[in-house]
This record gives sequence, C-alpha cells and structure tokens, in this order.
Amino acid sequence: MLQAANLACARGGRAVLQGVSLALRPGEVLGVLGANGAGKSTLLAALAGELAPASGAVQLDGRPLAQWSAQALARRRAVLPQAPALAFDLEVDEVVRMGAYPFAELAPGPLADLAEHALELADAAHLAGRRHASLSGGEQQRVQFARVLVQLLACRAEGEYRALLLDEPTASLDPRHQITLLRAVSRLARAHGVAALVVLHDVNLAAAWCDHIALLAGGRLVGLDAPASVLTAAHLRAVYGLDAHVLEHPEQPGQPLVLFCAPPG
Amino acid sequence: MASPATPRRRRPGRAAVLAALGTALLVLALAAASNGAMRIPFSRLPALMFGAGTGAEDALWRNVLLQVRLPRVLLAIVVGTGLAVSGAAMQALFRNPLAEPGLIGVSLGGALGAVAAIVLGAPGLAVIAPSAFAGSLAATLLAYRLGGRSTGVAGVLLAGVAINALCAAVIGLFTWQANDAQLRSLTFWNLGSLAAASWPLVAALAPWVAALSLLLLRDWRAMNALLLGEREAQHLGFALAALRRRLVVLVALLVGPLVAVTGTIGFVGLVVPHLVRLTLGADHRALLPASLLVGAIALTLADWLARIVAVPSEVPIGIITSLVGGPFLLWLLARRGTA
Repeated sequence: MLQAANLACARGGRAVLQGVSLALRPGEVLGVLGANGAGKSTLLAALAGELAPASGAVQLDGRPLAQWSAQALARRRAVLPQAPALAFDLEVDEVVRMGAYPFAELAPGPLADLAEHALELADAAHLAGRRHASLSGGEQQRVQFARVLVQLLACRAEGEYRALLLDEPTASLDPRHQITLLRAVSRLARAHGVAALVVLHDVNLAAAWCDHIALLAGGRLVGLDAPASVLTAAHLRAVYGLDAHVLEHPEQPGQPLVLFCAPPG
Repeated sequence: MASPATPRRRRPGRAAVLAALGTALLVLALAAASNGAMRIPFSRLPALMFGAGTGAEDALWRNVLLQVRLPRVLLAIVVGTGLAVSGAAMQALFRNPLAEPGLIGVSLGGALGAVAAIVLGAPGLAVIAPSAFAGSLAATLLAYRLGGRSTGVAGVLLAGVAINALCAAVIGLFTWQANDAQLRSLTFWNLGSLAAASWPLVAALAPWVAALSLLLLRDWRAMNALLLGEREAQHLGFALAALRRRLVVLVALLVGPLVAVTGTIGFVGLVVPHLVRLTLGADHRALLPASLLVGAIALTLADWLARIVAVPSEVPIGIITSLVGGPFLLWLLARRGTA
C-alpha cells in the first residue's frame, strides 16, 4: 500500500507540506481538495516519488520510495500529470503504448488489446491514428489518461496492489468527459481494487466520485473523511476562505451539494 | 462521443524504409567509390574488388579503389552514422530540435585539443588525434559536471554553451599566435576533412561507432518517454539522472574520436535527425536507425562533392555540409514561423 506518514516537504527552502498522513487503500478513490498553493501538487509529487520528503516518510509496501528503483516503482503506480506537451509530435497510438514501457515482457498482441481497451475507457478510441498535436487540449488529456491506464493495468496479477495518481485530470475536460473520466477511475477501483488519488478543484465532482476526501490548507491536512463528513461549511471556509451552503443532493441521498457564496467586495 | 472514426493515415513500415535507405546507401557508396579525380567505370567495380581483371589500367584502378576510395567512403559512412545518431539522441535528451552533439562541448573541445597540439608543435595526427579526443572528453565532462547540479537538462545546456564559447575564444587565441604553416593545419580542424582515411583508421573506428550506436539505439523507449517530459519519463520508470549521464557519456565517447580524426563537421548531427523526423515521425524506434542510415548517406554524398567540385584540390567537407545544412535550417525555421 502507498502511504504517507507525518510527511513534510519543502520547495525552494519553503515548507509547503507539513504533518500529512494518509494511505491509498485498494478499491478506494481519495480526492484531494485545497486552494491554489495549498500543497496538492506537492503531495502528489511526493507520493509519486519525484520529490524527496524533508521529514516523515512515503512508503510503498512498507519500503520508503527512495529504496525503489524508478523501473520497479513504474510497475506499481501510474501518474497523470497536468497537460503534458510532446517535444516532438507522435501518433496517438504511440503515446498510449508508452504506458507499457515499464513492462518489457508484454507481447505486441496483448499490448494492442490493452491499448484499445484503455482508449475506450478514456472515451478516446476514435482518436487512435491521429497526431497528438492535432488534438484539442481536452482530447490530449484523455489520450494521456489512456496512456496511464495502460501503465496501471499492464501485466497486473489478480489482487496486485496498483496505485493511480491523477493531477487535476478534469481541468480541460467538458462536463460530460469529467464524469466519464471519474466514473472510469471509480469503476477501476471497485472492480479491480486499484488505489486512486485524484487532485480536484470541483468540490461537487469530488463529492460524487470520491470515497474519501483529503482537505489541504496551508500545507496541512484539515480533514480526511467521507465526503458527507468532511465537506462542512466550517471546513470549506478554512480551506477556500469562502462561505458555502452545504445542501443534500436532490438525487443522491447522503451526498452533499456545495454552493459557494461570492465573497463580499 | 459518437464522431466517426478518423481514417488512419499509414506511414510506410519501418522495415521497408530502413531496407530502402540501406540499399540507397550501398548504391551511393559504390558510385562515390567509382567517381573522383580519376574515374573508375562503375561496371568494373566488382571485378576490381574481388581480384579479377589484370590489365595495366586495372592495376592502377584497383590501387586507387582499394587504397584511397574505399577507406574514404567507409570513413564517411562511419562518421556520418555516428554524428547523426548522436544528434538524434541529443535532440531527445534536450527535448529541443536545435540540439546537436556539439552542444555538450564535444566538438569545440576536440578542436581546441587539436589546435593546441598543432600550435604547440605536434608533428602529426598521432599526437593531434589523442589531444583532440582528450579535449572532447574534458569539455563534455566539464559541461556535464557544472550543469548537472541543477535539476533538468537546462543546466547542462547552458554550461555547454558557456564551455563552447570559452573553447572558441581559446581557439581564437591559438590561431592568432599560429604561423602560416600551422594556420593551414588549423583550417583542416575548423572545416573538417576525411582526407586522413586509411584502412587501419576505418578498422579502429567502425566497431567502436557500431557498438556505441547500438547502445544508443537500445534507449529508444527512454527517448520516446522524454518527449512527454522529464517528470513523465521518470514516472514511466526511467531514472532521469542515470539516463542523462548515460546519453551524454555515450555521445561523448562516440563523437570524440570522430572529431579527433576528421575535425569539426557541422550540421550533420543537427539536420539529419530533423529531416528524418519530418518524414518518418518522432518515434525513436524508427528515428534512430533511420537517422543512422541517412547520416551515412549525407556524409558520403558531402564527401563525394568535396572531392569532385574543385578537382584537383578538395573542398573541406565542413564547408559542404554547412552550405547545404545552413539553408536547410533556415527553411526549417521559416516553416516553423509560418506554421
């Protein structure tokens, strides 16, 4: 299991994350919410193993990430960064197949099947064969999501722990594809026992698709619980500095629906 | 989304393209070997190479072919191969279409080593070449050490620019101090030439370049992953620091000896991978081997031109590659500007 214990991180000599403890449990989607600069991306970078903790620890299967080779880590966790741009243009198929680079043992036949399956899950099957640069920002995001799904699912033994880290995956997607993507993540967690962490800005998307929500403010964890427990007016004021009405969702009993009020001035 | 499937635009298969390029290289090599200050009939090549043919003319032709032309054409192939595949690797590492092997100091460092040896009175290639190789490695090591401290490759790139400027200045100092005879030798280093070609040289360089090129070719996945970004390559399992070190070391070891033997030959490492990328796409699985072959073709062609445009004298090959490569790069930039 991927978990952070009393994690602190610094960037450019400034502490941006302090005393964060959380675990990515198999079969669960953990949403991360917070204002700009609250430390969401730093948390994701630390969990991905690209940023060394200043103190505390990030461990996978009880071993600190620093003890894992990049290759071994890539076989157990996949990361979708914000809008990567290609230095030189490639075909969509080539981009998606990159997800299997950590798995040299995967034969071309099964890889083609997996790539097709991933493109379907990302609702991007019709983009296969296009040039990556010819796609819109949202379409590129879905293709990158398919690439990460290939990495997540390739050569996976039944019940093997795999973690998926998504950094604002819905940022450039239309509402329909925001739902498609988060539903795909949620189903992968339910059906395959994948452990997912999703950084989001849309509180209501998080309430709808995440099993737990971690609220970050000023680099500290101010709440970590089920959406209904954590999304309170007091918490939201602490995180965003905004007053909010927290209602019950008209169609999903027990699911909160958040309406923010415009700040005075 | 229910939009209809886009028809797939098929690129020519990798194997077919490589086979076509290989055949083109073979034909070109034979043509270049038959042509020069003295013309050897193309049809006589097989007989001359494999020992048949005993006329008085045949003996002369065979001598020219075997002792002069073939080593020279083979050296062009070896050097072109090494420069182009190194250029492709540097462009992948720096994620920049304008990167080339010289960027990490390997070319000007080598030229500085050679120029220093010449002006300080070295007798011949036996001293100049090792000095050039030492200069290549020292400059690259310095650029890598100074630039490698920052995260990302930008540091190495900037350090390379600084080291290159420094090398150019010291070369200028030596040139200013040189006498007329030395100036003549210096021209060779600054403009490049394959005139040093010989069988022992080809026998030493060919396996070296082949082995190091194969090691670069093996890294095609890592180079593709770098297209996504450095973080993304790391997420896909490529340890960035180790990868950067490996690519820089391989390129320095590959290009260093070439510079030592031929002087600085510009633009091949820059333009060839670009040309291949425009036609075949950026997938390094195809880009690297195709660049290797196109590099060999380009330099064979350039050396052929260098030998025949000003018979009986030779034009330095660096002038030919830059004369063709310069306008090509300008055209490329113009195209990017309008795109």
